[in-house]
Formats: sequence, structure tokens, C-alpha cells
Amino acid sequence: MEECVRLEYDVDGENFASAGNASESVKRMLKQLGVPPEYVRKVAIAMYEGEINMVIHAHGGRAVAEIYPDHIGIWLKDSGPGIADIDLAMKAGYSTATENIRSLGFGAGMGLPNMKKYSDEMTIDSTVGVGTTVYLRVNF
Amino acid sequence: MTIKDVVRLLNAEILCGSDRLDTEIHTACGSDMMSDVLAYVKDQSVLLTGLLNPQVVRTAEMMDMLCIVFVRGKRPEQPVIDLAREKGIVLLTTEKRLFVACGILYTNGLGG
Repeated sequence: MEECVRLEYDVDGENFASAGNASESVKRMLKQLGVPPEYVRKVAIAMYEGEINMVIHAHGGRAVAEIYPDHIGIWLKDSGPGIADIDLAMKAGYSTATENIRSLGFGAGMGLPNMKKYSDEMTIDSTVGVGTTVYLRVNF
Repeated sequence: MTIKDVVRLLNAEILCGSDRLDTEIHTACGSDMMSDVLAYVKDQSVLLTGLLNPQVVRTAEMMDMLCIVFVRGKRPEQPVIDLAREKGIVLLTTEKRLFVACGILYTNGLGG
């Protein structure tokens, strides 16, 4: 069996200031494990976008990261409103974010496209009214 | 140029990180939209922005940036300064507007 480091986090949906804590912790662990910086940054950006999404759209949730010698797998699971049209949500520039979210510097419709851009594999499993789970994989 | 040069050129005030002013920088970006910084920026080490919330520091941290310049005389609250200090990111504030601040740095050799 492959060696794996597993990290789990509660993402607080009520606290915008703390959004990014989980991604930052994963970033720090990858650095400690000696993963090359270019891959660390890909993971950090992809996961951070996901974490921000969980906070601004879905009242938070749970983040799990499994780090293997050759890749990282990240699951971001929320019980938010779900995504009605995933293809549309994946379009760069499309956003359902409110003016309030935009005033915080997010909601440009770049989150999901960005997560796809920086990951090697991304799957979205979403049911309206139930929640969304996003899986991200980055190969080292 | 170094961060010290940025301080001089923008007549900026140092909010934290005064021990890191000799750090070399080569490129910068200016934006109030963190989503765009995360989407389009590559290896830039300075972020100029008019946005003040903690996610500006988080965004810079995820992108491995070294310095944030707040424009239009803006000044973040203490928790944001503390967060930047913890992450080793230099925070500056300048009275200049975003376009002018970017222009001055670009004219003096800082790339995009």
C-alpha cells in the first residue's frame, strides 16, 4: 500500500476572514514534504478557489486532502444549494455571486475554470438542494 | 529593483515587513479582483490593489508573492497586517492611485 498523508478540515462558512486556512495548511504540508514549488502552487490555487467557493456559495463544508508520493487528491464537500448547470458554471466569467461577494474581490466567474486549469483532474458531483462535492487531483 | 525602491518611488509607508526591504522583485500586477489575480497572474511578486480584506493577503500567499501595495491611501485593519506579518509578506500603502502607481513602477523597470 502506498504511503499517504491524510488531512481533514472543517471549512467555516460564516467566517470569510478564515477562508483559505485549509489550503494554506495543505500548502505548508506539501512544502514540508519537499514537493516542488510549481506543484505546490498549483495545488494551493486550485484548493483555495474551491475553499472560497464553499464559503461564499455554500455555507462552508468539509475539505479532505490525501497526499501520495506522486499526486494529491482533494475532496471539497458542502451541503450548499448545489449547481444547477455545471457546464454553465464552468464557463469563464459566468457567476451567480452577489454584488457583496464581488466587493470582496471574488465572484468574477473564474473559480471553477481556475480549479480546472491548475488541476490534472477535476470532477464535480452536485445535486440542487443537497450539495456539491468537487474532487481535484494534481500530479507531481 | 528591490522593495526599498518601491517604497521610494511610490513614497509609500511601510505597514509591516521592514526587515525584508532588500528583497529583489522583477514583476508586479495591479487588480482589485482577487479571482483575476488567481486566474491570470504568473510569478509576479508584487500585488498593487485597492482591496483591503484578509483574502488579499491569502491570495498573495497562495501565489508566493512577496509584497502588497495598497493604493489610494488605503490602510487595512490590524488583523490583516498581523496576517501578512505572519506570512512574511511586506505591506505598503501609498497615496497614489492604482494606475499611477503601476505606471511609475513600470516606467522604472518593473515588468508585468
